[in-house]
Amino acid sequence: MSNTSVVIKGTKDGLSIALDPAVPLGDAANELTGRLTEALSFFQGARVVLDVGPRAMSESDWQRLQEVLSRNRIVLHSVVSEDEVSRQAARAVGLHAAPPPARAGPAHSRGAQAEVYNEGVLIRRTLRSGAAERHTGHVVVLGDLNPGAEVVAGGDVVVWGSLRGVVHAGCMGDQEAVVCALYLAPTQLRLAGLVARPPDREEGRPLGPEMARIRDGAIVVEPWDRAKR
Amino acid sequence: MANVITITSGKGGVGKTTATANLGTALAQRGCKVAVVDADIGLRNLDVVMGLENRIVYDLVDVVEGQCRLRQALIKDKRLPELYLLPAAQTRDKNAVDPKDMIKLCDQLREDFDFVLIDSPAGIEQGYKNAVAPADQVIVITTPEVSAVRDADRIIGLLESAEKRSPRLVINRLKPSMVKRGDMMDTADVLEILAIELLGIVPEDDSIVVSANRGEPVALNGKTRAGMAFQNIARRLLGDEVPFPEFGDGPGLLGRLWGFVRSKPIDFKARN
Repeated sequence: MSNTSVVIKGTKDGLSIALDPAVPLGDAANELTGRLTEALSFFQGARVVLDVGPRAMSESDWQRLQEVLSRNRIVLHSVVSEDEVSRQAARAVGLHAAPPPARAGPAHSRGAQAEVYNEGVLIRRTLRSGAAERHTGHVVVLGDLNPGAEVVAGGDVVVWGSLRGVVHAGCMGDQEAVVCALYLAPTQLRLAGLVARPPDREEGRPLGPEMARIRDGAIVVEPWDRAKR
Repeated sequence: MANVITITSGKGGVGKTTATANLGTALAQRGCKVAVVDADIGLRNLDVVMGLENRIVYDLVDVVEGQCRLRQALIKDKRLPELYLLPAAQTRDKNAVDPKDMIKLCDQLREDFDFVLIDSPAGIEQGYKNAVAPADQVIVITTPEVSAVRDADRIIGLLESAEKRSPRLVINRLKPSMVKRGDMMDTADVLEILAIELLGIVPEDDSIVVSANRGEPVALNGKTRAGMAFQNIARRLLGDEVPFPEFGDGPGLLGRLWGFVRSKPIDFKARN
């Protein structure tokens, strides 16, 4: 992913979408549409905040972005803008608008994609059927991921236990994302835009820790020791 | 003070009611004072399995709504003087009762009994919540089938997030001959997924059907395989160390169901 005019990241309050103020609104809106389509499952049910930075926004500009989001069934929780006139315009079209939090600058000024994945969560329990975890960064599960449970992550997923549920790593399009487990036997595995499932024929068990990654446009599974980058 | 134990499963038809009736019977045979409570309001059948259907005058909802006193609704078992049944209402639904009512009701029962066993309805909705709310301990029952184990796993997850004491597991309807052939999940397969303490294994036994039709729990006759298994579970509930009999653990089924081939890096079927 080379584009950086739209930065999506997780905060403790939910997901934040930041638009680069230097990019024309039309281009940013187009890119946003693309990114949302890639990562649609990730946004379902999340609390989403849109950060436009210092960009001057008219009522119709807000409506344009709202339309992009609502087409993807995303409802904005609130918007963040540095410009008071833009905030008033946002309120005029029914959005909840706020100035950026004092301590941190707008997310886009912190730049590159790597920033998004810098954070991760550690889940210290077994995820049982019905459990769902979503995170924009990496996810480490210290326990099993049982059938019927799912993890969706922007970065990598590591399961220190048996992985038998559904995992989606690199859900926002990262082709480099990997999934590792001590015992890798997922119901279904998704990496970026690819979906794989185990073969229907009866097969043997995994012999040891394994890593799944994308190679030449397909998902491959390798023993962990052979999978060193 | 009584121990309140809820028997639940998520999936229907795995043997919650049978287990409740038999554990109640086995505990009462050992001299405990036991109340079995049917929390499956609207679909009651614990009374049928115990052969007490024709004695019902008042039920659980009547007690909760103050139409009668608790003692009036409790039905004394026809064989064991220490065993009582609190039947469910048949003409109402799960919303007639809420978790607070169940806690209050069980607090009343605690005073007079050693054990209160609650038969939970299937599912994870209101009825299940009512049944689990007053529990000190929970027994999760499953059969060695993938769907039942999946639902048991969901229930265990819900109990964990409700911060209930870790539930214990009963595996019901295990067929040793199928396990030996590798055609059924064995105990190890089930425990590998659920990873909770095993309380008992009940083998498949035709006498369960016969006894349910007659309204006589199999535990009354300790000679049947299932009856013996329920007696063992009752002893474990009372703190005895009872070894688990061997049911011929076979090659297991999990490898076949969830495995992959591993000799060289492989391409999964992938689509964009």
